Amino acid sequence: MMLELKHVTKVFNRGTVNEKVALKDVSINVTDGDFITMIGGNGAGKSTMLNCVAGVFLPDEGQISIDGVDVSRLSEHKRAKYLGRVFQDPMMGTAADMTIEENLALASRRGQRRTLKWGVSAIERKGYKEQLARLELGLEDRMSSKVGLLSGGQRQALTLLMATLQKPKMLLLDEHSAALDPKTAKKVLSLSEEIVRENHLTTLMVTHNMRDALRYGNRLLMLYEGRPIVDVAGDEKKSLNVDDLLDLFEKASGQEIASDRMLLG
Amino acid sequence: MNQILMGAVSLGLLWSVMVIGVYITYRILDIADMSVEGTITLGAAVASIIISKGGNPYLATLAATCAGLMAGMVTGLLHTKLKIPALLSGILTMIALWSVNLRVMGSANISTLRIDTIFTPLQNMGLTKDLSRIVLSGSFSLLLITILYWFFGTELGSAIRATGNNPNMVRAQGINTDTMKILGLMIANALVATSGAMIAQSQNFADIQMGTGSMVIGLASLIVGEVLFGKRNFYTRLLSLILGAILYRVIIALVMEMGMNPNDLKLFTAITVALALALPQLKEYAQTIKHSMGRAA
Repeated sequence: MMLELKHVTKVFNRGTVNEKVALKDVSINVTDGDFITMIGGNGAGKSTMLNCVAGVFLPDEGQISIDGVDVSRLSEHKRAKYLGRVFQDPMMGTAADMTIEENLALASRRGQRRTLKWGVSAIERKGYKEQLARLELGLEDRMSSKVGLLSGGQRQALTLLMATLQKPKMLLLDEHSAALDPKTAKKVLSLSEEIVRENHLTTLMVTHNMRDALRYGNRLLMLYEGRPIVDVAGDEKKSLNVDDLLDLFEKASGQEIASDRMLLG
Repeated sequence: MNQILMGAVSLGLLWSVMVIGVYITYRILDIADMSVEGTITLGAAVASIIISKGGNPYLATLAATCAGLMAGMVTGLLHTKLKIPALLSGILTMIALWSVNLRVMGSANISTLRIDTIFTPLQNMGLTKDLSRIVLSGSFSLLLITILYWFFGTELGSAIRATGNNPNMVRAQGINTDTMKILGLMIANALVATSGAMIAQSQNFADIQMGTGSMVIGLASLIVGEVLFGKRNFYTRLLSLILGAILYRVIIALVMEMGMNPNDLKLFTAITVALALALPQLKEYAQTIKHSMGRAA
C-alpha cells in the first residue's frame, strides 16, 4: 500500500460558529502505481485531503501512512522527502526571484540536508538541460533566467519537473491546470500523464473538471461533504462518461442528504 | 572639504557592514528586522566594555559578533517558534536590548579614549585616523561580501534565499523554513553588532542612544546603492551596499555643509527613505492621473 488513510477527520474552527468539518472519517487505500483523480464541489474536502497528506495541516483524528511509514504527526517539510507536489497557483511551486537552474537544484535535493557545497554543480546543470529540453518549451536555453519571467504554463511545467526530479513516493497534483488557459491546461495535463507513466508514479490529482477526471488515471474518487462517495477503478472507470458520473453523484449524494436529514430530525 | 569627504567615506565604510546585515533581512529574508537598532548598540557596548577593561580589541570585536548572533536568534525564535509577527519580534528584542546594553555598559555611555583599538596598529604604521578606518573597514567589507557571495550560492544559502522568496515552495522541498529564518536573522544581527563594535572603536565611545534610527539609515544606504548601482548580479548588488553606505554619508555630509540643522537629519533621512519606498506607488498614481486626463480630453 503506497498511501493509507485510516479514519482521518479534519475540522476547521472547531467550536465556533464557523466550524467546518472538512474531512469526515475518511479511509482510503492507494495501491502502488495508482493514478487517482479526485473530483467534488467546493468545500467537498479535496484540497483538505491533499493538504493532510502533504502535512500542510495535521489531521485531528486518524492515521496517514506513506509506504508503510506513519506520517500523521510529521511536519510538512519532514514529509517532503516522500512527496512531489504541484499547486493550483503557478506562483506557489517555484521561487520567482531565483533562476530556473537554482529552482531545479533546490528541488533535486528534496528531503536532503542542505550543506555548504555549491548550490548547482556543472554535471547537474547538464542533466537539467536535457530534462528541460524534453518539456519542449525552450527553457533549456534560459536556465539562468529568473523564474518570475516565465508564463503560468511554463512555471507549472517546471514545477512538475521539479516535483519528479528526485522520484517521489507519491505525486500530489492540486488542481494544477485550473489557473491556465484551456490550451496550456491540456498541455500541462498530458505532460503530467507522460511523466507519471514513465516514472510509474503513484499519483493523486485533484481536478474540478469531470472530463479530465475521466480521461486521466485508473481510479476516480468523488468527494462530497468531506468523504468519498464514489470510488471507481479500472474497466468500470473506463466505461463511464460524464452523464454516468452525474448519475452516480446524484445517487450517492442524495442518500447522503437523506441520511443527514434523518440525523437532524 | 577633503577632510569632510574622508570622514564621510570612513563612516560609510564602518556602517556598510551594518547595511549588509540589513540587506540580508530586508531583501533576502523579506523581514523588516527592527532588532538591529538594539544589536548595533549591543556590539558597541560589548566591544567597548571589553577593551576598556584591557581586553584584546580583535577578540572584543569577535565577542560583539557573537552577542549579535544571540540577539538575532532571540528575534528568530520569537518570530518562528512563538509565531509573533516579524516586525513585533524585532521591536521586542530591540526594547529588551536597551536594558541589556545598559547592564553591559554599566552606564549610559563609556569612553575608550587612549585605549588601543582594532585601528591602532594601522595608525602606528603612520596612517591618519580616517585612512586607518577606510583601509581596515574597507578591506573587511570587501572580504565580507566575497564570503557572502559564496555562502548564498551554496545549498544552505540558496535555501535561505528561497525562504524569503517563497516559503511554501521551500517547505515542499523538505527545508525547515523556521531554521532558515533564524539562521538568516542570526547572520544579519551578527554583522550589525560587528559594525557597532567597529563604530564604537572608531569614535572611542559607546552610547546607549547610538542605535536609534539606525534601521532607517541602513535602509537609506541600501536604497541609494540599489538605485545608483543597479541589481545586475549578486556580487554587484552586494558591492552596491558598500557604495550606497558611503554615498549616503557623503550626501549627509554635503547637506550639513550646506547648512542643514543636524537636528533635522533624521527627518531628512526618513523622508528620503519614504519617498524611495513609495516610488513604485507614486508612479502608478501618476499613470492613473495621466490616463484620466487623457480620457477627459
